[in-house]
Amino acid sequence: MDEEFEPKLLYILCSWCGSGGSESARAHGLKYPANVLPYRVNCTGSLPPVHILRALLEGADGVAVSGCYPGDCHYEGGNYHARRRVALTKAILEALDLGEDRLWFRFVAHGEGRRFVDTAAEFNDHLKELGPNPLNEITTT
Amino acid sequence: MVRLTINDQVAEVEEGTTVLEACKEVGVDVPTLCYVPFLEPYGACRMCTVKVSENGAPRLTTSCTLQSTDGMKVVTDDDDVRAARKIVLELLLARAPDAEVLQEMAKEYGLEKSRFAVEPEEPAAAEAEGAEEFEVEAKPKKCILCGLCYRICEQRVQAFAIGLVERGADAEIAPPFGRPSDNCFACGACASVCPTGAITAVDRLGREIVHDELTLASNSAINVPIKQAVPNVPYVDKTQCIHFTQEENGLDACRICEDICPKEAIDLDAAEEELELDVGTIILATGFKTFDPRRIRELGYGMLPNVISASEFELMNRADGYTEGETLMENGERPKSIAILHCVGSRDKNYNRYCSRVCCMYSLKFAHLLKEKTDAEVFQFYIDMRSFGKGYEEFYDRLLEEGVLFVRGRGAEITDVAERPEEEGKLVVCCEDTLIGAYRRVPVDMVVLATGLEAREDAEAVRRTFGISCGAEGFFTEKHAKLAPVSTTTDGVFLAGACQGPKDIPDAVAQGSAAAAQALSLMDRGIVEIEPITAVINGDVCCGCKICIGLCPYTAISFNEEDKVSEVNEALCKGCGTCVAACTTGAANQRHFKNEQILAEIEGVLS
Repeated sequence: MDEEFEPKLLYILCSWCGSGGSESARAHGLKYPANVLPYRVNCTGSLPPVHILRALLEGADGVAVSGCYPGDCHYEGGNYHARRRVALTKAILEALDLGEDRLWFRFVAHGEGRRFVDTAAEFNDHLKELGPNPLNEITTT
Repeated sequence: MVRLTINDQVAEVEEGTTVLEACKEVGVDVPTLCYVPFLEPYGACRMCTVKVSENGAPRLTTSCTLQSTDGMKVVTDDDDVRAARKIVLELLLARAPDAEVLQEMAKEYGLEKSRFAVEPEEPAAAEAEGAEEFEVEAKPKKCILCGLCYRICEQRVQAFAIGLVERGADAEIAPPFGRPSDNCFACGACASVCPTGAITAVDRLGREIVHDELTLASNSAINVPIKQAVPNVPYVDKTQCIHFTQEENGLDACRICEDICPKEAIDLDAAEEELELDVGTIILATGFKTFDPRRIRELGYGMLPNVISASEFELMNRADGYTEGETLMENGERPKSIAILHCVGSRDKNYNRYCSRVCCMYSLKFAHLLKEKTDAEVFQFYIDMRSFGKGYEEFYDRLLEEGVLFVRGRGAEITDVAERPEEEGKLVVCCEDTLIGAYRRVPVDMVVLATGLEAREDAEAVRRTFGISCGAEGFFTEKHAKLAPVSTTTDGVFLAGACQGPKDIPDAVAQGSAAAAQALSLMDRGIVEIEPITAVINGDVCCGCKICIGLCPYTAISFNEEDKVSEVNEALCKGCGTCVAACTTGAANQRHFKNEQILAEIEGVLS
């Protein structure tokens, strides 16, 4: 290992709880790794697997998704749809031999800045262990 | 119309009116015992005798059975009439010397004693008293055989549970074969119409029947449940109503209330109906339900006597309640010591984790009322005293001065098993007193459980109907905890009161007013602004698979049968994007979050 691997991570947040969590983190002055790129969608329920796969194709080493807690969805049940779609996408990743662990789904409430930051850091550490996205090696070489 | 003269007074009444009714209409008093307006006239008691002349000599006749005719002259009170009534009274008294009504009438007519021999006392009454069955019994010494009881039983109740048996001097009112009839369901109609009090409805213990005494409810099928009821109008309790009881037997019985209501306000045939209303805004104020303390078996509610819930205590404490506001134990005695247990079903991981917010203060109110009305010792078993509102802490301080005993510890168990002599015959509240750090057993006479507030069972169905969200406890979620506490995620649907979360009366009133104001402002403006983020479906691409229609939580997508494509109603769409993610052909797109945009952004952010 010549230098420490720094993964490129996309953290997809819904407009309500997930982004709210990042706002709370900002309000409390909490810090998360700079290589985690927060990315806002309206609702995690509006996230098709294609977008996650596209992110991995575009060079992301991992994708995390955070939406509201069960029962708290701004749109009634978008987070449930998201949970199922993520499970589905994990199966696809497994089939592509990318490893289902490159995709995380974790509930973060509006006020949970700490949980948002912790998730980002944990995911970063996890991905460091997991190593780079195999697709990246194909595309870069 | 028929014109007749009653005591020189001209009366105009409708055709078919009896003379007795005509007299009542013009305010002339005619004594009667066997007449009630909702039964066919019978002419049994003869007390309503009047003098009538129609084209000829006057004659004495009963006014209840005589129809008014044109030109009729009626005299209700002269010497002849009085003499006739006096004889009738003497005959009635001979049969029923114990009837107070008759005794009073006799006084009025200057009658001291009946000339006719009083029948010798029969042991029948004594025998009836000893009867063990729950039954309606007729006491012969008061009965005047007016027949009201069996007439109402036949004509109105349609139970045919009692009738006239034997003839002549032996005639009496009795159930078939002298045994309680299977048809009798103890409605009490016979006792309610009996003019002399000869019939009383009693239970096994010989007490007069008060329906549902144990649930502290009213004893009538038509009642106003409590004096403070909103709206303050009577309602028909179907479980006690004769009409609805007999309806189960395929009969169309009673309907007395319908017939006698002067405003014709009662309609027993009124059925539930679904109304379709076009409204602009909706306020949900579906309320809460109280925690059922039976769920906590160790508190013994429903098993141990004198363990009552907070709402039962309130009912008992009501001035018009069945104890007339007195706090009584089940044996009718006043309790010498009372324990109030806080947090029953609240702040408890086994039941509800949240604080029900109102119990501390109403428990303090109970303690205050008990101190004021009784000289009982009052214990409060609490976890934390949450007297947070305006004037609440001061009230708590006042109670400390009033000598209410506060024990800091959750009442863990209530038992009637005595371990020490002073616990004998008492309820023992077991708890860990966290202030002195010891396990305590407190013997008391009565326990009041301060039951918490819960979401209603049907909250989930209501939530679905109105497209709003619910927290894990089942209370409806407001749009924003601080900035939009009465709005919901569905525009035009507002929340008020305890359906949104446990709250006390001032808070519920405040929220209700706020919801009304918000609804009004929305309606007054007449237009609504919607979020620009909505889904759109490209009709050229849509394949008409209808997947999106079932997924939409706001029923904003409909199917255009003509073009065989789905269409989004942008006024209903909230832009959640669920349909966009599910669209198989990419026809659905979300404004501001278009697929192309997102993919380009992902590309950009990762480059």
